[in-house]
Amino acid sequence: MNPFADTFAWLASPANWGGSGGIAVRLLEHLQYSALVLAIAAAIAMPLGLYIGHTGRGRVAAVAVAGALRALPTLGLLVLFALLAGSGLMPPVWALVILTVPPLLAGSYAGISSVDPAVVDGARAMGMTELQILFRVELPNGLPVLAGGVRTAVLQVIATVSVVAYLPLGGLGRYLFDGLVLQDFPRMLGGSLLIAALAIAVDLILAAGQRMILSPGLSTDSRGGRRPAEDLAAAAPAGPDLQGGTP
Amino acid sequence: MEWFLANSGTVFGLAGQHFVLAVVPMVLGLIISVPLAQLARGRRALRTAVTTASSLLYTIPSLALFIILPPVLGTRILDPVNVVVALTIYAVALLVRAALDAFDSVDEELRLAATAMGFTASARFLRIDIPLSLPVLFAGLRVVSVSNISLVSVAALLGVGNLGVLFTDGLQRTFVTEVVVGILGILVLALLMDALLVLLERALTPWTRAAAGPTAGSAARMAAMTETRIHEGAG
Repeated sequence: MNPFADTFAWLASPANWGGSGGIAVRLLEHLQYSALVLAIAAAIAMPLGLYIGHTGRGRVAAVAVAGALRALPTLGLLVLFALLAGSGLMPPVWALVILTVPPLLAGSYAGISSVDPAVVDGARAMGMTELQILFRVELPNGLPVLAGGVRTAVLQVIATVSVVAYLPLGGLGRYLFDGLVLQDFPRMLGGSLLIAALAIAVDLILAAGQRMILSPGLSTDSRGGRRPAEDLAAAAPAGPDLQGGTP
Repeated sequence: MEWFLANSGTVFGLAGQHFVLAVVPMVLGLIISVPLAQLARGRRALRTAVTTASSLLYTIPSLALFIILPPVLGTRILDPVNVVVALTIYAVALLVRAALDAFDSVDEELRLAATAMGFTASARFLRIDIPLSLPVLFAGLRVVSVSNISLVSVAALLGVGNLGVLFTDGLQRTFVTEVVVGILGILVLALLMDALLVLLERALTPWTRAAAGPTAGSAARMAAMTETRIHEGAG
């Protein structure tokens, strides 16, 4: 009885992939929940982060709020929302949004304020409007830091959505909790490996995407040639900051 | 409030378990990552390998890791050892980067001066590198402490005892008070740990306050910058 052999048998069995509770459906659910949370969180955090980064206003408050939210236990918030707002899809989604806003907010304002002030002043001196400065100077130049925040947030959401199955909703986390109840360890381990693989795959895709949209001017930095490119390659899922609550 | 008073013994017991499960991995992580960072510091290839591996490990969601570890370690799924090992892995992943950044923050001229004064390599490491890298290292430790305390509660889903049990139990009994007590308990624990780390840092780095105003300010800014750097993951 090797747990890994059993798990691979479970993963390889076509019966586990199709059907209404199959891996394909669960994977899709997992991605749908994650996308929904990210879309709402980004709609809140991005404009706010860009505003704070560009104007420098409200920075202290943003850091304090993001820091305090980071200490909130994911599981506690999910359970609290489920109890107060009832079952269904939206209560856990709102709980996850609250947890996803801090890394996105921190990433976007840190990205914008990481841009060399001389560059911004130069753009202003050339007659660019504030909006042009924001979208054509600060955003492209702050992208490496900003993308770090986005990747952190995405990873955190994918990880946290596994917990949603406990409430109970769908997603790949279903296999962990069903397996726990049924004492079916291969199912639990298989689900865990799928979640880990999904997280790594999504992060790799984001890293590749980040490299693609990064302005070429930034990848050949004057202080030391290949450094930034290497940093990107090693670029972490980043954010301990945020990862505060990655279940 | 009444529920908390009636059950304070249980809550404090769970808080104690929670504390141990969060702190032990942090200490282990520190013991592992500082020497590892020192080793990787001057070696470009090893440094890249370490930062890449740490970001990859950090990508694995904790709930999944709690389940993947038992067959690897040969432990049972309820064994708290799984939680300790999983959180130690995350702590190392974070701290090794923080330690590398921390060592980078030590002024190279000070190291050269120490060498010129006749410090041996190990004396220089212990008496120059370590103390001067403390502000940045502590920034990393504070992140790990908050993150660990939050992550420990997830282990309650698998039945490992800690404050997270109040969440699972509260959900089963649809008892909001219990969940709120759990959330507050974890927040208090995180705040206490953070305050403890701040005090410890102040005690260990008296020179950051000696020159008052500007120096203290720049140290804080430095720490903030490092934190952002750790976050953005640029090792």
